[in-house]
This record gives sequence, structure tokens and C-alpha cells, in this order.
Amino acid sequence: MSKKDDRTGSVSRRTLIKMGIVTGIAVPIPALSQPPNRMRPQLGDFIIFDEGPNLGEMVRPEMLELNQQPVSALAKDPETDTVRDGSRLNRVMITRIDPNKLTERYRDNTADGIIAYSAICTHTGCDVINWDRAQLRMACPCHESQFDIYDGGTVVGGPAPRPLAMLPLEIIDGFVSVAASFRGRVGFTQQF
Amino acid sequence: MLSLIKKVVLGSGILFWVVTSFAQSLPPYNPVTQERLLNPEESNWLMYRGTYDSHGYSTLDQINTENVDELEMAWSFSTGLREGHQAPPIVNDGYMYVSTPQNHIIALNARTGDLIWRYVRFLPDDLQQLHPTNRGVALYEDRVYLATVDAYLVSLDALTGDVIWEQAVEDYYDGYYMTMAPLIADGKVMVGVSGGELGIRGFVAAYDAFSGEQAWKTYTIPAPGEPGSESWPGDSWQTGGVPVWVTGSYDPELNLSYWGTGNGGPWMGDTRPGDNLYATSVVALDVSTGELKAHHQYHWNDSWDWDEVSAPLLIDFQRNGQPVNGMIHPGRNGYLWFLERNADSIGFVDANPYVYQDVFTSLDPVTGRPEYDMTKKPGTGYEATFCPSLWGGKDWPPAAFSPKRRLLYIPANDNVCSIMIGEEIEYRPGRQFVGRGPSENGGFMIRPGTNHIGELQAWNVDTGERVWTATFPDQNWGPVLATAGDLVFMGGTNDRYFRAFNANTGDVLWEQRVNSGVNGVPVSYTLDGKQYIAVQAGWGVDAEREQNLLNLVRGESHRVPQGGTIWVFTLSD
Repeated sequence: MSKKDDRTGSVSRRTLIKMGIVTGIAVPIPALSQPPNRMRPQLGDFIIFDEGPNLGEMVRPEMLELNQQPVSALAKDPETDTVRDGSRLNRVMITRIDPNKLTERYRDNTADGIIAYSAICTHTGCDVINWDRAQLRMACPCHESQFDIYDGGTVVGGPAPRPLAMLPLEIIDGFVSVAASFRGRVGFTQQF
Repeated sequence: MLSLIKKVVLGSGILFWVVTSFAQSLPPYNPVTQERLLNPEESNWLMYRGTYDSHGYSTLDQINTENVDELEMAWSFSTGLREGHQAPPIVNDGYMYVSTPQNHIIALNARTGDLIWRYVRFLPDDLQQLHPTNRGVALYEDRVYLATVDAYLVSLDALTGDVIWEQAVEDYYDGYYMTMAPLIADGKVMVGVSGGELGIRGFVAAYDAFSGEQAWKTYTIPAPGEPGSESWPGDSWQTGGVPVWVTGSYDPELNLSYWGTGNGGPWMGDTRPGDNLYATSVVALDVSTGELKAHHQYHWNDSWDWDEVSAPLLIDFQRNGQPVNGMIHPGRNGYLWFLERNADSIGFVDANPYVYQDVFTSLDPVTGRPEYDMTKKPGTGYEATFCPSLWGGKDWPPAAFSPKRRLLYIPANDNVCSIMIGEEIEYRPGRQFVGRGPSENGGFMIRPGTNHIGELQAWNVDTGERVWTATFPDQNWGPVLATAGDLVFMGGTNDRYFRAFNANTGDVLWEQRVNSGVNGVPVSYTLDGKQYIAVQAGWGVDAEREQNLLNLVRGESHRVPQGGTIWVFTLSD
């Protein structure tokens, strides 16, 4: 996995843009290009398991059981087989839900009951890997933030200020794939 | 009046503001020499705990038991930030430096509260902050030093805030981060790394204060073949944690720095059978070379997340009529440890529980090595209940020592326990590497039949006996300041009070309710002969986590407001 992504030391894409805006200095376009594995999930990417017994396999809806603990997943470019693992911000947690119980406005973002949220907490950027089985909530192990998977990742506990970003999905040839870019901002927002 | 604000973007994505009109009203900056660090004036607070011995003690006595009830606010300053404000205001002849969460440094006129400059670090978008805080800056010569949450060490001009250099200490993407105030001695800036929950291999590293070049780096987990490596099975040493995230103490006569070390990783001890040196220990590092000269492990094969990262207070005490060149550590494991420091060894003197502790069944009278009730030791697939909780009898908030009264003041938490079970986990770089499974009520439990949690305890270091205890209904996350005015200052409670206690009795003599819970380290200083008490309020991090769990087990929804404010108090004229 490439490790030099959004960090301070290598000057991130976002920082470069900010520098250009603040200083008025033109930022060279090549500096903004991203290797494909660092790009966020793209339209048409397939979703693959990032952990567990099916690690690396493309996700089919029947591989996930209803209301089970979300599992880590990544996007994979079907043309180049590039796994977009170059940034931790690309990681999502997927599970199967009952779409009839999902808040209506989010239903178009699911496919055959499969739903995907960003794995990155909006509080301080930790991985949201815990699961409240009783209340069907994703939970952050760092500061106890909880997110309602049936209501668009809405914050229902703890200090997180925003819902988890949602990754719209669709089914292509029986496989779960990316239908659009993230809905909502991925990750935490630095205070100034 | 604010006459000029400059907003500057540096190459590494850093902003700062300079307000020049206020800087002009201040005296010339007084460089912080090694001599001054060795013998700091009582008018200043030049380092994390005031002095190298980590006493957290001010010899000032203008504010005392007779007049503390006249204490009132001199000025305050809102940081504009949320999360845990834990750093002490560092004061040098009228200049005050305060670090905050998100790695800001605020330079202020200590007399008026006017802003001089502000450093703001651009943090990378993909950073994860398990502990969104910072515990202070360090001063040396005409510079300020900050250890950052993205694992850089930054050197700034104390007068202007200009960045002079910054040095990558480690790679945050692999789980390394820093929250401690650096320790500076012998021209070296020493820092340790956090990341015990992220599969790091902990270390302390030293950098030349002027050039930023690394002078030495000493791992807290030995590599294969090194002494102690036999206590780690297989490759577990590479990802075994053992962070160092609180500033060390320094004995200039021995030229040794003393650092507390954290938990092994993953949390369950059965994933790394062995003693796991030098986890949950104090290690003595030669400041010139970094050589590990001595260690004492408080408890072996940790399975409770009992980081022992608080550095021991260097206190010479009496035992059985004999003087001991000693050091004292109120352990997260709930025992109060009295040790002896020597050039090439750390001796065990004695230890006893200072909160309810149900894990240790005995201590070896010579070595201090504990034996365990193994039913209280959680493991992979084995759930155990143990006391004190994973936050221990005392977490990071520092204790203080009054040489005048021979009393050690411990900010403690009693009567809370944890329920923990381990689950298998695979190491992935930069990801959580804890291996804790779910337990009821978040694994948090209050001991039935008890009536309080938070405590401020006073212990006579020469007799080893507790003298008094002040109690609080809920948790206490308050660092402690002791003064020659026979006062002990501490906040830390969820009712947002900052208090002054009688150092001899524990009676509350003064209290002020402030904007948020006080998790900052209090300090004292003087200007023009007038004594001030300064502290940051700003609730967050583990104090807030514990509140969430208290709410869960009690069915309550008490929330402590967040937001950082620097508060400065003095006597009314």
C-alpha cells in the first residue's frame, strides 16, 4: 500500500489547492494528479471484501446476511484491477439491511439491500468498526460515536458532528458496484 | 489595539498569525538556557511539570490558605477549539505558550492575555486522532517545540512563531502520533510516540535542539537478540505497542531521563505470552546516548490497558529511618509504587493499593513483581471483570508533590471497574490493533454499594500512609498543582469547577465554575511580584468517554460542554 497520501509532509492535493487559492500562485496540474489506487471509489468500480474469509473477492448481495456486523470493503477498478487501497479514506463498511425500513430518501443508494458507509468517523477520523448488534448501529471505538445505518448514517450518540458519508451502490452482473461518488464528506473536519 | 495581522501559508501547509503591536509591549525575550531549566525561577513555569523532577510544585506562597477565597479572574482567552485541552500554560518572563487540540500554539502576553501569535498546523485529511489533544510545548533558548498528532516535531521562533524546522518522527499512516510535551535537556529535544492501539513499536527519540537532527532513538520493545527480547514471542515485538505519551522526568546528576511506558498490543496478554519488556514499566534512558540503563516493570503481560505512562516523580523519601534516593509512581494499575533510583538500576522499595484493586494477589517483597488472580485477567474468548477500570486508579493526569508538607497529591478514580473480553485480530498497518470484543454496558461497571468515583488523595511519602482524601461523585480527570501557599489546585470533575484545596486537610477553600470541564495542567507564575494561577478548561478525550459510559450504565444523558478557554486567576487588588 502506498503510504504518502494526504499527509502534511508530502503536501496533499487539498493543501496544494488551498495554497494556490491563498497565495494566488498557480499550482501545476501534474501535482494534482492522483494514482488510481488513491482515488475515491469511482462509478462502475466493483466492491471487494477487505477482511474476513472472502478477502479480495467481489461482493455479491447473497454473500451478506441481514443486519449483520458491517464488514470492511474497498473499490476495485474493473478495467485495471486496481484496488483503491491507497488512502484509508476510500474504505467503506458494507452490510445488508431491510430496504423497507431504511429512511426513504436513502433507498436509491442501496442495491438489493446492500448499503455502504464510509469507514471513517466524522469526529476525529477513526475507523468505525464496532457494531451495536442490539440497536443495529455502527459505532466508533475511539470516542463512542454511534451511527444509525437505517437513517443514512445519522449520528445517534457520541461526539461525531456529521453523519457518515454514504457510497451509492448498484448491482452489475450480479456484483455490488459503485453507482456514484460518496454522498457527504468523508472523514473529519479540522477546526481552525 | 490590534494593529497588524499577518496570515502566512508555509510550504508544508501551516498558517500563523502575528499581532505585532502586542509583541512590542513585551520585554525582550529571555532565552531559556540549560541553566534556567535546571534551576527555574519561581516566577516562571518553564516546562510541563515546572521542574525536571516532575513535582508540579510552585514555591510561590502569595496566594495561600488565608486569602485564596479572594482569588478572581485576571483574564481569559477562548481557544476556539473543542476536545481535550490538557496542556499547561508555559510561562517565561511575561510570554505564555499554550498548546491545544489540533496542534495550535497560542502565544500570549501573560499579563494581559493579548495574543502575540498563533501557530495552526494543517492536519492531513486521512489522520485518525484516537486522542485529540496535546499536553504542552517545551522551551529552549529562543525556541518553542511542539510534538504533533501527525508525528512531527516542530521548532518555532518563540518571539514570532516562525517555523524554524520540522522533523518527521515517524509515519502517522502506520499509527504513530504524539500528544506529549517534549522534554529538553543537554541540548536535546526528547519525545515519545503514541499508538499502543494501532500496532506501533514504541520508542523515545532525541533530536538536536538547533538542527533537528536525530541524536538517538531507543525502542521500548527490544529487537530479537537484545536483552528482554525473549519476553516477546515470534514477531509480536514489531507491533507490540508500548507507547510513551507523557513527558519524562530527568535527574541531571545521573543524566538519566525516566519515562513511563504504555500497554502492549493487542490488549489481550495471551496474544503475546511473556513479560513483554519494557511494557508498563519505567525505563531510565541516558540523555546523551539514549542507552537504556535500567527499568522496573510495574506489572507483566498487561491485559487491562493499564498504561503506566506517567513518569515517576523524583522524590527522596524516608523508609525505616533511612533516606532513599527515590521516585514515586501512582500506577494506573492501582498501586502506589515507591522505587529507588541509581545510576544503573531501579530498586523496588514497596507498593500498596491506593484504590480498590482486585487483580494482584501479592507482590514479591524483593522485586515487586505481582502475582495475579487469573480469573481477573481477560483473554481471547475469556471475559473478565477487574478493578480498577481500564483507566486505572490514575490515568495521565499528573500527581503533585509538596516538599514543604512531604505530601503527594494523587488525582484518583476509585470504585469503577471494567469488563473485557478479547477477540482475534489481524494486524493491518495503521488500523486499530486492540482485539477487544463487545461487553455489556460498554464493559464499564460501578462497584455496587459505593458512593463516589473521583478522589484527590494526599499521601505522606515518608510514612507511606494516606493523610486525607477528598471525594467527588463522578470521575476525576484533573491534573494537580501544589504550592507553598499550602494549596492544591485541581479541576477534573464533570461539574466544571476549578478548585483550591487546603493542602493539609483537603478542605475546599475556593472554587470557580468555568466554561467546561478542566482537564488542563494548572501552573503558577508571577509578574511584577503578583502571583497568578493559570489553567486550561476544555473537556474531552477519555474524560468524555468515561462520561458516555457513566450515562450508559445510569441511563442518564449528562453532557459536559466542550470548548477550550485559558483561565488566569489572581488576588483582587
